[in-house]
Amino acid sequence: MPVEVYRIDDRLIHGQVVVGWGQPLGVGFIVLVDDAVAGSDWEQDLYRMGVPPGMDVTFAALDSAVGDIAAYERDERPGIVLTGDIDTMRRLTEAVPEVRRVNLGGVHHSAGRVQRLRYLFLSPEEEAMLRDMAARGVEITAQDVPAARPLPLEQVLAGRDLT
Amino acid sequence: MMSSSAAPPRALVVGHGDFAAGLVSAVGAIAGRAGDFVALSNQGLTPDGIERAIRETVEGLSLVVVFTDLPGGSCTIAARKVQRLRPSLIVAAGSSAATLLDFAMNDAVPPRDAAARAVARGRDAMLLVEGAGAG
Repeated sequence: MPVEVYRIDDRLIHGQVVVGWGQPLGVGFIVLVDDAVAGSDWEQDLYRMGVPPGMDVTFAALDSAVGDIAAYERDERPGIVLTGDIDTMRRLTEAVPEVRRVNLGGVHHSAGRVQRLRYLFLSPEEEAMLRDMAARGVEITAQDVPAARPLPLEQVLAGRDLT
Repeated sequence: MMSSSAAPPRALVVGHGDFAAGLVSAVGAIAGRAGDFVALSNQGLTPDGIERAIRETVEGLSLVVVFTDLPGGSCTIAARKVQRLRPSLIVAAGSSAATLLDFAMNDAVPPRDAAARAVARGRDAMLLVEGAGAG
């Protein structure tokens, strides 16, 4: 069973990931790729709080995740690989070209970002990173929850049909 | 952020979408005690933004109790991060109308005691009612 979703979500492990995606996909594991959380036992405990019994969570620094992607893909259970920012996912896809699909699940407002969707705000630098990934053949769609229609990156950046 | 009474609020309610405003509105409709709470939504906010909004609200209003929605959700996580820097803060996760009503009506005790009882009342208020045709 391959990893079902490679997701960018700045809220990391939260209800939308665990319940919104986790339950319908029958997710058995989540890998959070985040250098800061991987180095903080306290934050790991915090994020474990949201993970139900029967769902494993792994906290990985980017370097170790790159080496373990093949193992995640071989896992018999459906899984989600999650990064909290676009740059981490960009570097992951650069190091592991086998990652072909990325879900933009939530990047929220901060200074310098422009709103593209209700749950998606992007800076020019982040847009460039996404275009870079797309140019390398990664299929990028924005979709916060499974019931929503996935929107292709070009449509998101063009600002068309963003309902 | 929404508060609706001349009396100073006693707790912050924070959640996804309109969860907080809805619960506070319900408390107002049922008991006229909406003013006991300040409602905050995480809508459109980064994790840092949620954390900052919680911190500024509890500091600005000298609140010691934060009610949140999902125990593992982004609001609870943000509240826990604020709590790490303000250990006197109490975070009550999994809130419901029953939780907030009990807290609002139990105003003769310190907020931390009222929060502890409210959480217990909220837990006890859960009820599964099956109709005669349930299999």
